[in-house]
Amino acid sequence: MYAQMVDTGTKRLKTLEEMSPEERDFQEKIDAETKIEAKNWMPDAYRKTLVRQISQHAHSEIVGMLPEGNWVTRAPTLKRKLQLMAKIQDEAGHGLYLYSAMETLGADRDEEIQKLHDGKAKYSSIFNYPTLNWADMGAVGWLVDGAAIVNQVVLQRTSYGPYSRAMVRICKEESFHQRQGYQILLDMMREGTQEQKDMVQDAINRLWWPALMMFGPHDDESPNSQQSMVWKIKRKSNDELRQMFIDQTIPQLEFLGCTVPDPDLKWNEERGHYDFGEINWKEFYDVLKGNGPCNHERISTRRKAIDEGAWVREAAVAYAAKQKQRAAKAA
Amino acid sequence: MTQQEALQEYLLRMADSGMILAQRLSELVGKAPALEEELASSNVALDLIGQARNWYEYAAELIDDGRDADKLVFLRDAHDYRNLLMVEQPNDDYAVTMARQFFFDVWHYFTLKALSNSKDERIATIAAKAVKEATYHLRRSSEWVKRMGDGTEESHRRIQDAFNLLWRFTGELITPDDIDHAMFEAGIGPDPQQLKQDWFGMVREVAAQATLAVGEEDAWMYMGGKTGEHTEHLGHILAVMQFLPRAYPDATTW
Amino acid sequence: MSEWVLYEVFVRSKHGLNHKHVGSVHAADNEMAMENARELYTRRSEGVSIWVVPSATITASASDEKEALFDPSEDKVYRHASFYKLPDEVGHM
Ligand SMILES: [Fe+2]
Ligand SMILES: [Fe+2]
Ligand SMILES: [Fe+2]
Repeated sequence: MYAQMVDTGTKRLKTLEEMSPEERDFQEKIDAETKIEAKNWMPDAYRKTLVRQISQHAHSEIVGMLPEGNWVTRAPTLKRKLQLMAKIQDEAGHGLYLYSAMETLGADRDEEIQKLHDGKAKYSSIFNYPTLNWADMGAVGWLVDGAAIVNQVVLQRTSYGPYSRAMVRICKEESFHQRQGYQILLDMMREGTQEQKDMVQDAINRLWWPALMMFGPHDDESPNSQQSMVWKIKRKSNDELRQMFIDQTIPQLEFLGCTVPDPDLKWNEERGHYDFGEINWKEFYDVLKGNGPCNHERISTRRKAIDEGAWVREAAVAYAAKQKQRAAKAA
Repeated sequence: MTQQEALQEYLLRMADSGMILAQRLSELVGKAPALEEELASSNVALDLIGQARNWYEYAAELIDDGRDADKLVFLRDAHDYRNLLMVEQPNDDYAVTMARQFFFDVWHYFTLKALSNSKDERIATIAAKAVKEATYHLRRSSEWVKRMGDGTEESHRRIQDAFNLLWRFTGELITPDDIDHAMFEAGIGPDPQQLKQDWFGMVREVAAQATLAVGEEDAWMYMGGKTGEHTEHLGHILAVMQFLPRAYPDATTW
Repeated sequence: MSEWVLYEVFVRSKHGLNHKHVGSVHAADNEMAMENARELYTRRSEGVSIWVVPSATITASASDEKEALFDPSEDKVYRHASFYKLPDEVGHM
């Protein structure tokens, strides 16, 4: 998922009795599945956590444009170029929907983006991995968007109205992303040359584990999850979501005729789920701390775009002010 | 040159110009100066590629040597490309990107408008749809030229520099050659005189509102794209764009 | 640095009767807010009319802009999941 570790700032869950009347009212609304709207009273910690979560999610959409942008200039056919570009454009749109949901909480988009550029805000670890061959465009769409969808589908029912509505909109757009990715891989596996098939397997080998990391740490390593679940801004646990993703992805993998780099992966009849190996958590935390293969490039590219674009945005503001003045004079 | 050969050439000019400009715009993905601009600039690129595909498909049918739109895009070398030199110029800063877009959009809009009345029905149909998109592109780039020109001191300086830098490539947009004349005489292409007049009219009008100076009509002009003599940039654009089909010549599907 | 301001966006979809709030955009002025709203909220021809509202003022798209604003996105079939035909065996995606 795109928000892998969101700090809620709470150490212990409060009981209804411990809550102020407002807070109790708020929690009861949530328990009754009534959406919280921007103007409703909400605990400060809920607001802050949401800002953190939604901004992380938004940052991920925006930074997530870069690994795919890396290949958009090299898409091998007109059709693939159109699809990939439309897909990346959607991600920019998702970022904007999410920032816009975040702003209803009183946060400022530019400030949050500044935090990202200063290295003070998180985004999904997955986007710190490089895209090294064309099949990565397929694997990203299929696995990365696929993992994101698993998470986002449940977030459509999140307790905060604007976030939930943004998620509904995003989910509608996402299924094309995953399909275009899968189709890239499928076409190469079915009709491609051996070199192309190798490309596909190589992409899956590199992206499989990072995709599983998208769901965040194990539930018992995820101290903030409980509070988030009570607030219903998280609706299923990390491990549950990861299992769902694996269960639905492996049959698709087999249909491709590919494998994943996990010797422990096998169907468990008793559980009715796939068993799988342990994630390299050291790598996960390293990447999260900024030590992934592309952390530096991703952030510096974003920072450069926004910093060097400052004069463009300022020009628009200055022009608008002049136009306003002229209109006032003419009136 | 037969009329059909002239028509093929003309179609490739339309197709290649849109394609190469879209390729330049695709370089900006994830790097636009504002998030909102990511969407706008990708939209223009998507429109241009969609249009180019229509032109290529028509051209491919006429050329009829087994090449389809993709082969025309990904397997021709620079000297076979027929795009305007303007569109292959690098993104540089956003003022250059926008000035390039604006000069192109004005040309594109009036060209498509004329082509939508072409005697060639296939062309008329493609152009009628494309002109709606181009209308929007032109409105957007005109607005940005005004914002930059009449914005801050810095933006004014940058867009004026961009106008000056790119002016030498504008001649090619509105200087007809034999093919342009042949297309006009056949009732297929726009009236070159009219196109030139419309282009200058619109460029001067927007520039005036943007408080920008435009170059002289008789300034020295750098031309050659329409006949396959390009600037150094095109080779590099193609090296990137055509990398996969060139590196994997045995691949028949992607 | 003076940044762009927030506009609320309302879109009337093809089959809907009323303009519906869909979210917000940042823009320097009304025109840009309209452009940005169009790019962001009607990429799949979801709308036939947009309102953008800065603070208290409402600006509606003029009806003669309709063609240029909305027609073009109708042929971008690759934006819809149903464009990607996957074999039945792959299951739901
Ligand atoms: Fe995404
Ligand atoms: Fe997304
Ligand atoms: Fe996506």
